Amino acid sequence: MSYLPVLILVVIAIALGGAIQILSHVLGPKFPNPMKNSPFECGMPPLGDARHRFSVRFYLVAILFLLFDVEAVFFFPFAVTFREYLGINMFMVLEMAVFVGILLVGYFYVLRKGALEWD
Amino acid sequence: MDMIDVEIMLAKVLLIVLMVLQAAPIMAWVERRGAALIQNRLGPNRVGPLGLFQSIADAIKAMFKEDLVPAHVSRFYYLLAPIACLIPAFMTFAVIPMAAPITIEGRSIHFQVADLNVGILYVFAVASLGVFGIIMAGWSSNNKFSLLGSLRSCSQMISYELSLGLSVVALIMVYASVHLGEIVQGQAETLLQLGPIAIPKLGIFVQPLGFLLFLTAVHAETNRLPFDLPEGETEIVAGYHTEYGPMGFSLFMMAEYGNMLTASGLLATLYFGGWQMLPGFAYVHGALGLSGNAHILAGVGLQFLSLLLKVIFFMLLFVWTRWTLPRFRYDQVMDLGWKVMFPLSLVNIFITGALIYLGWI
Repeated sequence: MSYLPVLILVVIAIALGGAIQILSHVLGPKFPNPMKNSPFECGMPPLGDARHRFSVRFYLVAILFLLFDVEAVFFFPFAVTFREYLGINMFMVLEMAVFVGILLVGYFYVLRKGALEWD
Repeated sequence: MDMIDVEIMLAKVLLIVLMVLQAAPIMAWVERRGAALIQNRLGPNRVGPLGLFQSIADAIKAMFKEDLVPAHVSRFYYLLAPIACLIPAFMTFAVIPMAAPITIEGRSIHFQVADLNVGILYVFAVASLGVFGIIMAGWSSNNKFSLLGSLRSCSQMISYELSLGLSVVALIMVYASVHLGEIVQGQAETLLQLGPIAIPKLGIFVQPLGFLLFLTAVHAETNRLPFDLPEGETEIVAGYHTEYGPMGFSLFMMAEYGNMLTASGLLATLYFGGWQMLPGFAYVHGALGLSGNAHILAGVGLQFLSLLLKVIFFMLLFVWTRWTLPRFRYDQVMDLGWKVMFPLSLVNIFITGALIYLGWI
């Protein structure tokens, strides 16, 4: 139930974005010509389209993000209960240190492999 | 849930919508005047007093300009992209608490639109949806510059999201909660007693490194200078919104300023005590001499004003940084994100853990 206002906000955002685009479409004049309809390319006729291959680095960053972000998500429940467990025993803290250790091994492997080098 | 609850909820939703909508025109004016001030020129000063109505004039002009949808774009995604950017911008501010919860005539009122117990996690989850709008805009524009801009933006945002999340983990360890209301409550406790002055347990005092990491990451997340690589004019024209007409561009700007508002709200809430009153406000509250409901409502007003002043400070900080620092090179941005911020935020977690173990914070 507490998510109802969020849903209302989403609906308002969609309605507003749609309304602005439709209004601007209706109100503005229309003078299309072939030059306006071609992709922008610094004033010269466009060379090819944008459906090209692009640097593999972008994929790498996305994959690394997925790996590390999933690991980072595990930090949140740990962080909330950290104080509570500290009072009981050190087991969870050591457990977390092992987890961070594994994460760091992965991080340094990626670093040494040069996956994060941009040249 | 009865009628009055529904009305209160709708009023809060309306307040958020108005705040996000106001943020764009007001900040556009502040940004242009701020740039002028820093660069020693006048800036827009003709429309209305101090040029205040410049944004309204711009909005009207943009509305009546030709809204060209070029022939080469993928129409559906091209039109959807600005809306996809706008949705998270509207959603994220909803969880920021604007005043302490109060009880009037047996009805407890929370001053946040959505009182979610996942709080900060919700902000991260929704804020990362902004990437979809940008990638959609870049791909559907079918323009090399747009595609490159959106790819850069996307990989930059996901790289800094990592440090953003990890820098907040240390803060959550201190306050032992992800609920933003509880984090703000936790900041009212006393950290140090220096004679008559009690230093509160503000996020900035217990997490100075975390604050710097968060501030940097937030600049990268909102694509603001020095991290505005997605729209590096000298390299890729205007990045992912190269092919957009006046209103499409305006919607992107609206989303950017909405995100800036949320970012400032988060900085104020997590590290500067949110609605905790500024020094002196508590005295004013007492000196007003009100009682009963009027007293409670005056407190809410002062708390809201405190939060607002903090948010305005951070908004101005965003403008200040933008016109002071030059743009990074792309490899420098990625290096900073992966080789400096990521290890530093892990170190920050370790330091925080050790300090909590020693019982210092």
